Amino acid sequence: MTTVKPERLDYVLKVNGREHHVHDADLAENLLFVLRERIGLMGSKNACEQGECGSCSVLVDGGLECSCTMLAASAVGREIVTVEGMTPRDGGLSDVQEAFVAEGAVQCGFCTPGLVVSVTDLLARRPDATELEVREAISGNLCRCTGYGRILAAVRAVQEERAALAEQVGL
Amino acid sequence: MTSLVETAERTRAGLGESVRRPDGDPKAKGEFEFSSDLGWEGMLWGHLLRSPHPSARITSIDLAPALAVPGVVAVLGAEDVPGRPTYGLDYPDQPVFASEVVRYVGEPIAAVAADHPLTARRAAEAIVVTYEVTQPLVDTVLAADAPPIHRLGNVLMHQDVVHGDPDATGAVTVEGYYETGMQDQAFMGPESALAVPAPDGGVDLYLATQWLHVDQDQIAACLALPPDKVRLHLAGVGGAFGAREDMSMQVQLSLLALRTGRPVKIVYSREESFLGHVHRHPARMWYRHSADEHGNLVKVEARIILDGGAYHSSSTAVTLNAACFAAGPYRVPNAVIEATAVRTNNPPCGAMRGFGAVQVCFAYEAQMDKLAAALRMDPVAIRLRNALRTGDRLLTGQVLAGTAPVAEVIQACAGAPLPAGGPDDVPDIALPGGAGRTAERSRVRRGVGFAVGFKNLMYSAGFDDYATARCRLEEGRVTVTSPAVEVGQGLVTLQQQIARDVFGVDEVHLGEATTSGIGSAGSTSASRQTWMTGGAVQGACEAVADRLLSSVAQRLELPRARFEISGGRVRTLDGSVDLSLADAAHGRVFEETVVYRHPPTDELDEKGQGNAHVSFAFAAHRAVVDVDLDLGLVRVAEMTTAQDVGRVLNPLQVVGQIEGGTSQGVGFAVMEEIVLDKGIVRNPSFTDYIIPTALDSPPVHIAGLIEQPEPGSPHGAKGVGEPPSISSTPAVVAAIRDATGLDLSRVPVRPQDIALALAVLDKERP
Repeated sequence: MTTVKPERLDYVLKVNGREHHVHDADLAENLLFVLRERIGLMGSKNACEQGECGSCSVLVDGGLECSCTMLAASAVGREIVTVEGMTPRDGGLSDVQEAFVAEGAVQCGFCTPGLVVSVTDLLARRPDATELEVREAISGNLCRCTGYGRILAAVRAVQEERAALAEQVGL
Repeated sequence: MTSLVETAERTRAGLGESVRRPDGDPKAKGEFEFSSDLGWEGMLWGHLLRSPHPSARITSIDLAPALAVPGVVAVLGAEDVPGRPTYGLDYPDQPVFASEVVRYVGEPIAAVAADHPLTARRAAEAIVVTYEVTQPLVDTVLAADAPPIHRLGNVLMHQDVVHGDPDATGAVTVEGYYETGMQDQAFMGPESALAVPAPDGGVDLYLATQWLHVDQDQIAACLALPPDKVRLHLAGVGGAFGAREDMSMQVQLSLLALRTGRPVKIVYSREESFLGHVHRHPARMWYRHSADEHGNLVKVEARIILDGGAYHSSSTAVTLNAACFAAGPYRVPNAVIEATAVRTNNPPCGAMRGFGAVQVCFAYEAQMDKLAAALRMDPVAIRLRNALRTGDRLLTGQVLAGTAPVAEVIQACAGAPLPAGGPDDVPDIALPGGAGRTAERSRVRRGVGFAVGFKNLMYSAGFDDYATARCRLEEGRVTVTSPAVEVGQGLVTLQQQIARDVFGVDEVHLGEATTSGIGSAGSTSASRQTWMTGGAVQGACEAVADRLLSSVAQRLELPRARFEISGGRVRTLDGSVDLSLADAAHGRVFEETVVYRHPPTDELDEKGQGNAHVSFAFAAHRAVVDVDLDLGLVRVAEMTTAQDVGRVLNPLQVVGQIEGGTSQGVGFAVMEEIVLDKGIVRNPSFTDYIIPTALDSPPVHIAGLIEQPEPGSPHGAKGVGEPPSISSTPAVVAAIRDATGLDLSRVPVRPQDIALALAVLDKERP
């Protein structure tokens, strides 16, 4: 049996506003693999590598994607945002992250980064999403521990807090 | 439980509060290190070659083509195992590497270590194995008498339970045959570990598991190393639900590390994960219930066959549980139960949340509904009539000495208001078929169903079940160390809460969970850790506090009885002495390690009689479902539940377990099954093994958390993890029966089971 020598590439990815130079990478590596193993951003998780579970969720040019289903090389020239990019630099938590922890939406935590990305994206686009709309929007993020009850409570908490803040500011 | 140490004021963030979990922030940021996130300088990647056949003789294995692949550093097989060639929880019957025969699809044959995970996979595919495929044994009824597929035979375990008068008869008898399919734990964090060879010739393993010390024992035996040279350190666990109780690739990975002299990491793909861990035992159950004309149970007879798959795993205890809990949380004066686990060429089965109690609950709750129908009794009324109470005798002859609020959970659940309105009042996307918008409203029927279930807490039948924990007080800093595994349930939060209650401090540090320097905490399973590790941590903290107070009293030459710890300070009751913990310790370090054991249990005799269990927990569920009669699609609209919890130590975490377990029960009722075709797994992916999404998972209303403190439990609490996954499944199916009028004797209920049956019957329920 002949072994085909894998093609190796060098390219640049823009992740969370910074440029990362990727060297000598196998063409077959998906974006999730490169984010984790070559760039060192371990926040995005691999629970299926098939686009089914959402644990690898990232934003690519503002759109929610499963990073496991994209070849890393095809993300060249695009703006990638991971869970690390949604985490404040000062060591605190975003309001979405805080709500997840405070409302008990975090058990094992494996689905959590993907959900933080999905929910952050959802609430930026549809701040008034109803419960059913939230359920549909996060139906691409599988969670096995929580049954989603506390996750929905966390989303509600963020919506209520943001609405209250907006009211205070007179928006 | 009387405390050795008086603590005056109520502690902030102690027991009883919804205390924030200590690992929540890193998990929310993506910074928490799961076993699949580990890395090490110079690390290699490992991959296992697995059998594509459920049953075959191996006639040759050629590893050389894999060794020839550039980037490959080692390729190992059966001949490379220096110690015991097999492992296993109950019996070491499972080979590290198959060499002469393969017994299930996915059985490991060889392992590769290479410089890139893709290289390791490609190299494994280059290994040439020739097989002589043989007919797989997959019929569980025939398995016991079929030619053995393993030298230990095809009967893994048999348990009889004979109670009262086997010949007793009742006025009314109902029979049924029931089946439960193969459910998968489907945790999100794939099997993964990092092995680092050590200068002393041993190995350090960083891994996700459910029980560090039991893995250590098995690995050491296979590696022919003393246990203290096989050091296991817990990495972040992405859920477990029983699937990590058996080892996955721990031995193979350690061998790769020791052979290459380099750190090696293995991470399973999702497909491998479906093949690579034990599943819930499928069950075939024949039942006969008889009752008097008032609905009092007279006798329960059951024959249960469990499919244990290719290797033994924990089939012994699963079978014992199925037999012991076969009649449900009811007073049953007479019973003849037999349960058998058989070996087949199906994937190995073992622990999954509920552990034998789930399968029989589906059967006995269907039987109770049949009895109710035969007697024209209300299904809730017949359950209340027979509900167990403290002081009743169980099928095993054991008197139920602890709390048993069965009637309370039934009443709380059944008494909760039903949702207003029906399928006509919900948006399209909330109908069966959801976003597919396939339902025609006039053809959607709502049904309501009810079920109650129970199981034991902790290990049983004479097992020496214990947990070890350590408390250290140094310069005012409290550290709790336990090797107990946190799988997401919040055990780490509880450990801090306990220590806070003892010392009154705000900060409690948690030591590393490792086998090094501390004894076993036992498994994170059987809903046991709140009781067992809770007891050990309580004991260790109290021991430190007691020694601290004695030390202060001695130094100040005052009676010990005058001292207390309150608000993180050591005080005399009259306030004349008031010291910080650090000042009280006066430079001394206090450290205590406590081993907590529950009261001993008995083995069961040949008639299944004996005091085999420590404690029991009960829960009830009510399900509301909407069914599309034409397509057979089901939407579980709502679940209501009430649970016997002893005492709520962390309300938010208890809710998390109840909601999560209920969701898994819903999944088993209507969508989850490992589909097998003569031993071949047809659906090893999330595309086709469907677990509930946020759209599938119903809101869970907790109608009652019944707090009757359990005597003997360290904090009065009962474990809460498993009961939600037991009565949830039968409640959903009962609701579907209510909506459709169908018998439905198998779970998961699939659309064709409803749609085709109704089409054949041309039935319409007004």
